[in-house]
Amino acid sequence: MRLYALAVYLFLYVPIGVIAVFSFNAGRHAAQLQGFSTQWYGKALSNPFVMEALQTSAIVAGASAALATIAGTLAALALQGVGGKPRAIFDALLYIAVMVPGIVIGIATLIALVTLFDWVNPVLAALWPLADQAPQLHLGKGSLIAAHGLFAMALVVIIVRARVAGMDRSLVEASADLGATPWGTFRQVTLPQIFPAILAGFLLSFTFSFDDFIIAFFVAGSETTLPIYVFSSIRRGVTPEINAIGTMVLAVSLVTLVVAQSILQRGRGRGAA
Amino acid sequence: MAAGRVTQVDDSPIAELRGTTKRFGSVVAARNLNLAIRPGEFLSFLGPSGCGKTTALRMLAGFETPSEGAVFLDGRQMNDVPAHRRPVNMVFQHYALFPHLTVAENISYGLRQRRPKPSKAQIDAAVERALETMRLPGFGPRRIWEMSGGQQQRVALARAIVNEPKVLLLDEPMAALDKKLRHDMQIELQTLQRQLGITFVLVTHDQEEALSMSDRICIMRDGEIAQVGSPRDLYDRPTSRYVADFVGKSNFFDGRIERLDGSTAKLVGPGGTIFVGHANEGLGSDQPATASLRPEQISLTRDAGGLPVTVVNRIFLGEHTEYLVRNPDLGPFLVLASRQAEAGTHNFEPGETGYASWREGAALILSKD
Ligand SMILES: Nc1ncnc2c1ncn2[C@@H]1O[C@H](COP(=O)(O)OP(=O)(O)OP(=O)(O)O)[C@@H](O)[C@H]1O
Ligand SMILES: [Mg+2]
Repeated sequence: MRLYALAVYLFLYVPIGVIAVFSFNAGRHAAQLQGFSTQWYGKALSNPFVMEALQTSAIVAGASAALATIAGTLAALALQGVGGKPRAIFDALLYIAVMVPGIVIGIATLIALVTLFDWVNPVLAALWPLADQAPQLHLGKGSLIAAHGLFAMALVVIIVRARVAGMDRSLVEASADLGATPWGTFRQVTLPQIFPAILAGFLLSFTFSFDDFIIAFFVAGSETTLPIYVFSSIRRGVTPEINAIGTMVLAVSLVTLVVAQSILQRGRGRGAA
Repeated sequence: MAAGRVTQVDDSPIAELRGTTKRFGSVVAARNLNLAIRPGEFLSFLGPSGCGKTTALRMLAGFETPSEGAVFLDGRQMNDVPAHRRPVNMVFQHYALFPHLTVAENISYGLRQRRPKPSKAQIDAAVERALETMRLPGFGPRRIWEMSGGQQQRVALARAIVNEPKVLLLDEPMAALDKKLRHDMQIELQTLQRQLGITFVLVTHDQEEALSMSDRICIMRDGEIAQVGSPRDLYDRPTSRYVADFVGKSNFFDGRIERLDGSTAKLVGPGGTIFVGHANEGLGSDQPATASLRPEQISLTRDAGGLPVTVVNRIFLGEHTEYLVRNPDLGPFLVLASRQAEAGTHNFEPGETGYASWREGAALILSKD
């Protein structure tokens, strides 16, 4: 049993470790280690294609996380007063959104967006004064942000709602009792109480989008995010440069996840005090 | 203690429930409550768990809207006035202090909600005064979780009184404290109330607490008011077996009223035992009723005379000794003997026989519930 567990962990983490190790390899060939060097990092960071992909990824991740955080938090707060059947249905939809494989979401989002564009673009063209200058909706950063934001919103709702539910209801009553208006109570009591969860939700949404390849692959259009760039370059063979990029993405995600987790943990400790 | 206090009996009520009913679905948490709370008094809601005490308090605070009837504060109908616009403040059972704020920020919270906002100097001065009143000088910058349970409760009180509410509502504020601390806090609360002159409305299920602190007690039962009165009234003149049983201990003997003489009734109990005493209103001659007799009104002697009893059990209570005795006709009942009364003689041992007697007129004749 132990051996089995060990094998599973090796299988999961050895490839990742190998990538990290080889990203510091001085030699050009991925097969043999030839001493320590950070040259591939330098090379990756000075590659204009990499930098552009990184920028796209950062913009998409930042915007979709912001969108998901705002919408998810509002949904979690609104769900407070909802019970019974509507609540059960909403919960089911949330968990489905989290559990459905990325490829299904990717394809479904692509079909939905393309259908939408086919329907909206002619209308826009017809309404615009100069038909040939009418804006065209197309796949790109916007569709990436929408797809990632929508998916991450489910994550945010789940995280924030747990925090809202764990919040002492009497704090809100105490605030009202002391003369605070509903908005005043939200600003001075509810928001500070759930802020750790909101921040954690934002960070998780950010990592989710930053790492995502599958959904992005379907809806990115002509845009290239970092994972898409990596994917298209390895078709030309794995270079140490790719290892370096992979290691950086891994580091960013790991750090963000750890920070998010510790925020959630600390928030919980304080709420109990 | 209520003795010696000046209560302004004829003042118009500071808070009032008029025919107030609260339903939660099919549960009636409070039914047709009618109660006028006088300015400056210390009133307690007392009753067992689930009898609607908290519901009554929350309707005064504005957290619940009456299903029927009305809530008045200072002469104004308040049914549709939300909690944040009512001139009352509440101390919550688990204090509900804001964990993300310091002690001083908690206390100043109410003042900071006022419009126009008081100046920083005014707020600081008020917080300082409240900390001093609650004997917490220098605790202002502390975090809530750095305070002990007793200190947290003082902060909760300070946070409420700093607003100078018309009525201070307290929902079992002492429930989370240990016994010693609770006693200290009871004394402190009473002193505070006298010092501030604010009307206090306390919810408790601890009869001792209610008896020792209140000017008046409102006893509740299944969502209804069973009786309202001073602790002494409730103890000496309970109007129902429920109240007699809830306030202090009492023995109850069922029987039939043989004669009613003005307000004095003669009840014939089991085995022909006679109980004479003040009869409750609404009782008539030749009617089944219950005689209530407090354990301390019964004396236990070795001299023949009175009702022969066997001692079943003895509990030493310090200044008093409580005996459970049994009479073949009346069954088991309690007798409380003071140390003074037993001076000279020695205690009864379980199994010993003796004689129980009481002064004529000591009983209270109540309707049978
Ligand atoms: N929000 C609510 N929804 C449904 N039922 C409620 C609600 N609040 C109170 N009740 C019910 O109303 C009744 C009275 O409750 P309340 O809290 O006023 O009792 P209480 O006298 O304060 O009891 P305790 O001493 O246990 O605090 C109970 O049967 C309770 O279950
Ligand atoms: Mg209660």
